[in-house]
Amino acid sequence: MKVPVTAMLGLAFGALSGAGAALAAYVGDPERGAEIFRKCASCHAVGEGAKNKVGPHLNGVFGRRAGSIDGFRYSKALRRMGDDGLIWNGETLDAYIENPKALVSKTRMNFRGLKEHDDREDVLAYLRQFSDDPQNIPEAEPTAVHEVDLPPEVLALRGDPAYGEYLAGECVTCHQAGGSDEGIPSITGWPEEDFVIALHAYKRKLRPHPVMQMITSRLSDEEIAALAAYFNGLE
Amino acid sequence: MRLDRRTFMGSTAAAAATLNAPMVMGMAHGKPRVVVIGGGAGGATAARYIAKDSKGAIDVTLVEPTRKYYTCFFSNLYIGGFRDLASIGHTYGKLAAEYGINVVHDWAVGVDRDKKEVALAGGARLPYDRLVISPGIDFIDGSVPGWDVTSQNRMPHAYKAGSQTELLKAQIMAMPQGGTYAMVAPPNPYRCPPGPYERVSMVAHLLKQHNPTAKIIIADPKPKFSKMALFQEGWANHYDGMIEWIGPDFGGDKVEVRPDAMELVIDGEVTRVDVCNVIPAMKAGRIVELAGINDGNWAPVVPHTMASRVDENIHVLGDSSAQGDMPKSGFSANSQAKVCAMAVRAALTDSKLFPARFSNTCWSLLATDDGVKVGANYEATDEKIAKTDGFISKTGEDAALRKQTYEESVGWYAGIAADMFG
Ligand SMILES: Cc1cc2nc3c(=O)[nH]c(=O)nc-3n(C[C@H](O)[C@H](O)[C@H](O)COP(=O)(O)OP(=O)(O)OC[C@H]3O[C@@H](n4cnc5c(N)ncnc54)[C@H](O)[C@@H]3O)c2cc1C
Ligand code: HEC
Ligand code: HEC
Repeated sequence: MKVPVTAMLGLAFGALSGAGAALAAYVGDPERGAEIFRKCASCHAVGEGAKNKVGPHLNGVFGRRAGSIDGFRYSKALRRMGDDGLIWNGETLDAYIENPKALVSKTRMNFRGLKEHDDREDVLAYLRQFSDDPQNIPEAEPTAVHEVDLPPEVLALRGDPAYGEYLAGECVTCHQAGGSDEGIPSITGWPEEDFVIALHAYKRKLRPHPVMQMITSRLSDEEIAALAAYFNGLE
Repeated sequence: MRLDRRTFMGSTAAAAATLNAPMVMGMAHGKPRVVVIGGGAGGATAARYIAKDSKGAIDVTLVEPTRKYYTCFFSNLYIGGFRDLASIGHTYGKLAAEYGINVVHDWAVGVDRDKKEVALAGGARLPYDRLVISPGIDFIDGSVPGWDVTSQNRMPHAYKAGSQTELLKAQIMAMPQGGTYAMVAPPNPYRCPPGPYERVSMVAHLLKQHNPTAKIIIADPKPKFSKMALFQEGWANHYDGMIEWIGPDFGGDKVEVRPDAMELVIDGEVTRVDVCNVIPAMKAGRIVELAGINDGNWAPVVPHTMASRVDENIHVLGDSSAQGDMPKSGFSANSQAKVCAMAVRAALTDSKLFPARFSNTCWSLLATDDGVKVGANYEATDEKIAKTDGFISKTGEDAALRKQTYEESVGWYAGIAADMFG
């Protein structure tokens, strides 16, 4: 498949001159990105005539709602995020390909993530060429650039399950202690790290859900660790 | 010995003295004793958490007259045809069998705060070290001229769930084609701020299928109401032309009813209606007044512990409490109950007291798969339970999000029911 790199670059620069330096963070090297995309290509096609494979095709992914390609069987979790209003833009894509589980815990995208910032930037620059109208792509607030992966000291915190049990009182009005998945996802028996990552993703407003953003807004790192320990112990 | 109501009510003045006395722990008579009055959203949750978390160290008795508690939450969905009645009825078997709670089906008719005893209608007396009261609401006599409890068969409130809800639905189903359903909406504060308007949505949904030319009138003393923009948008989308809301500008605050003639009088103008759903002004459940812990219509509480400001050995939860910014909802009552349970355990045993945290989310259903929600976080200050931040669904949201919001509410219902009844 042939990629019209130069034409696309022209567009990207056009956007830049208007929007100023804030966007510069997102302009990677699409040629290098094409190389890196090989890691994705076993599951994803992109470009003219691209079809769904193990993963959905990635044409027009910028600006599109997560989980919205008709005819692709997404995981329930990714569809839920799309219904919540998760839109793919530079920031959310960066988060998802850095650590798919941070954004969507139960995603079917079985990929450990691109840990190097530059690799992500380049692959996104490459993908951006296949979205309709690069100038009009909605960007997140330029100031809202988050590191998705949590600092090791946050992940290393060991929570106190007794405190977690008290804090969990607030959660089990919605998330059943018995682990039911009806209408509201089950959060019992999760690996602690996945749980911590998920709660921080709401707290940092990477995940769109207003209830969980509100609930996590007042949880400290220690409290999140305590909750993770407590719910991990429920089967 | 028999305790009559006067003995109980006469104790208010003397009780002021006990406030300063050192707190007697339950040790003199063995295990500390907690009595909970009311097995609803606040009371059932408090009883369950105290029993569960004290692991048998505290004796818990729950006093509740009904053997089956029908939740007000989702009772509107029963009216709309989205739930059957059985699915919103809950019994107390698990609280007794699995949590060791002594469930007594009786009415509390008085509280002797000096002796720390609750009197039951059946004559028994229950001593307590701590008393938790969560009796929900009662109606204020005379708040809707022409209506009193004796009219509730002709003009149901359906604001305590169960037979009233069933009656209201039966009356709506029996309306003549093109007939009129009227609601007299309550003034603030009342239980479940979006409740009357969700009710109207569900009635409209039912009528749209069975009686599409029927009309709905709401006479409202309030110039605005909870989630107003969302409801009005939903009504225009789903039930265009069916619902007429009459606010105070048009006499919604000057209402009288004539149950015998089935007439509703709005600002002097008489309308004959087929169903008249009167939701009167509300106050704390009567036992609050009998216990002498009310200030006006409600019972003021200390936000950190939900203890009564009048008597530190009594905690008041849910609709009956005057706590500050939280709406009177099942979610709020459940949230307050957990703070109370922790405070009660800390007072009677050596368990830890963590800082209080409260939150609330209330969903409403507008039509099939069209759900909306509003919620907030709250913190305890010395003065009141104060709102810190919140969110509300937006108008114009797409169908996928609304459907998901409805599905969440179904999940929440199952969650809170399990949290109350085990
Ligand atoms: C139509 C409608 C829809 C609603 N929808 C929602 C919703 O979607 N979400 C939400 O969060 N809330 C909702 N609510 C509000 C919710 O039902 C109440 O806020 C909640 O039940 C309050 O809990 P409570 O413990 O204060 O009182 P209740 O749940 O009413 O419990 C009080 C209990 O005390 C008992 N009792 C009363 N007096 C005595 C006595 N003297 N002795 C012994 N027992 C006594 C009663 O029998 C009752 O069982 C709704 C309410 C209505 C009416
Ligand atoms: C092992 C297969 C696999 C690999 C490798 C993979 N993906 Fe995915 N990807 C998936 C699957 C499966 C989904 C659907 C996930 C779901 O439904 O939860 C997905 C979903 C996505 C989505 C969301 C699409 C939508 O329509 O919402 C994006 C964006 C995406 N992948 C990008 C990438 C990128 C970029 C890479 C390489 C850096 C990559 N993926 C690597 C399998 C893969
Ligand atoms: C008012 C209801 C409510 C309360 C209270 C609540 N949650 Fe949630 N929670 C939800 C909903 C709804 C979702 C799904 C959100 C989404 O789509 O992103 C969710 C999602 C989650 C997830 C991610 C699940 C997944 O599969 O990705 C975790 C983890 C979680 N909640 C933990 C908690 C914890 C811990 C608490 C208490 C501190 C809590 N929640 C309190 C409703 C609630």
